[in-house]
Amino acid sequence: MAEQFVGKASEFKDGARQIVRMGKHEVGVFRHEGEYYAYSNYCLHQGGPACEGLTIARVVEKLRDDKTSMGLFFSETDMNFVCPWHGYEYDMKTGECISDRKLKLRRYQVLQKGDDLYVVS
Amino acid sequence: MDLIADRGRRVTVEELNTTKLLAHATEQARDRNYKRMMIVDCDAHHYEQENFGEILPYMESDVYRQLLNSGRAKSRHTIVPGGVGYQDMGGRVTRYPLRSTEKTEPGRQRDVQLGERWMDAMGVDYSCLFPTGMLNIGLHPQKEIETDICWAYNRWLTEKVLPEAGGRLYSMLSLPFSDPDESLRHVERFGDCKHVTGFMVTTVRSNMAVHDNALMKVYRAIEERGLSLAFHSGPNWGEPVFKSCNRFISVHALGFSFYNILHCTNWVINGMGERFPKLPVMWVEGGLSWIPFLMQRLDHEYMLRPSECPLLKKKPSDYMRDMYYSTQPMEIQDMDALQTTFRMMNAETQLLYASDYPHWDFDLPSTIYDLPFLTEKAKHNILGGTAARLFKLPPRNEEQKANLIKFGNYTAA
Repeated sequence: MAEQFVGKASEFKDGARQIVRMGKHEVGVFRHEGEYYAYSNYCLHQGGPACEGLTIARVVEKLRDDKTSMGLFFSETDMNFVCPWHGYEYDMKTGECISDRKLKLRRYQVLQKGDDLYVVS
Repeated sequence: MDLIADRGRRVTVEELNTTKLLAHATEQARDRNYKRMMIVDCDAHHYEQENFGEILPYMESDVYRQLLNSGRAKSRHTIVPGGVGYQDMGGRVTRYPLRSTEKTEPGRQRDVQLGERWMDAMGVDYSCLFPTGMLNIGLHPQKEIETDICWAYNRWLTEKVLPEAGGRLYSMLSLPFSDPDESLRHVERFGDCKHVTGFMVTTVRSNMAVHDNALMKVYRAIEERGLSLAFHSGPNWGEPVFKSCNRFISVHALGFSFYNILHCTNWVINGMGERFPKLPVMWVEGGLSWIPFLMQRLDHEYMLRPSECPLLKKKPSDYMRDMYYSTQPMEIQDMDALQTTFRMMNAETQLLYASDYPHWDFDLPSTIYDLPFLTEKAKHNILGGTAARLFKLPPRNEEQKANLIKFGNYTAA
């Protein structure tokens, strides 16, 4: 089980993101709403740097009871990160591609030892 | 630089660096050893509208030049009609909002330097450079200005940009297709310029009949010079048929294929393949899925109504198989359907790789290289061999030369 130092938890602000190398691979580490998430930095589409783009709330369309549309809104709960090459969006909490949830980025465990953060493979 | 993302949260990103952004593409090129095969990108773009300060002085009309230069100051009005669209997906495709932050060296054309960066990153040897904003030039209500802008752009490109690229950038020059006489003058003036392999017609036009008698002299002039003709597609939300679409995805998904379907139909049904059998014609940026659709539709109707297309000596799909197609944006969704598409269009000899970089839906060479059903010959041909033969592009190393010879694509350029 390999561990890679990420940084100090006290310096890793909520909403921040960091890319670390695990051997030949790159891993994106996010802190979102107090939790850490780490995923492969290779987009499942064409291999772009999946974790290096925007983090942006999921867009939802709300319908009324009569099925008419109220329009588009940013979700209050679901956050995505977006591959900057082509816009593939991934669910921050699961690493699933929101267009096809069968597609999922490899997830890495994030370990905290004191103030030190590590990614584990 | 800060990019505004979700509900006002600011995400700090570094300045754009194409080489860094495409670092994973470089890994792919190295892992697949692209150096041994010639890779030609037959559809890449630059943002010529950011160079109008250099382009407009080449306009021939003093009056129109003054008119556009005056309006350009402080962006009081646009030079080329623009369309409503959201190519950057609200900033999600970060190279759009960050484009102006990328640094280049002074003293060399910025667009050449950027082109070299993405070609080197992807493992591409040559790129055909097309404009971006001017893909809408066909929507300009004044054909005199359409003509003069095309003239100025083509002079600037052939005199200032392409010569700086060491031969790695070539182009198919924009034609002012609203005016057949002027289009002919462009072919006669620019057809023999270095790094020009043909001419391009943007299909984003409100009214274009590719079979119009007035255009025959243009096609003939291109054919006589051994050059190629490309129809480059695009979306247009202003097109009446698309006004019912409420999302850009719909306009974009349909628009590119729509224009190719429309103009390719007229081209085939009017027997243009019989009239200009030696003119290589290429359909650019429509994806591939429209091709088997149109082949089947036209063949079906032709069997019933041959009296309406008496110039045809074979089925419409046979004429379509005589023409060329660019790969991007390739619909890699159903591998069996894609394989069938490749079979129906004779992809091994008729399909040319295109990235469309830096536009939002670009494709890397790996989209072709990694296809499980392609032979080695087909990979070499599609990624660059066919383009090398068609556009007389020389290999850049001995291994590439050997592979071009091996697969019958070597020309003494």
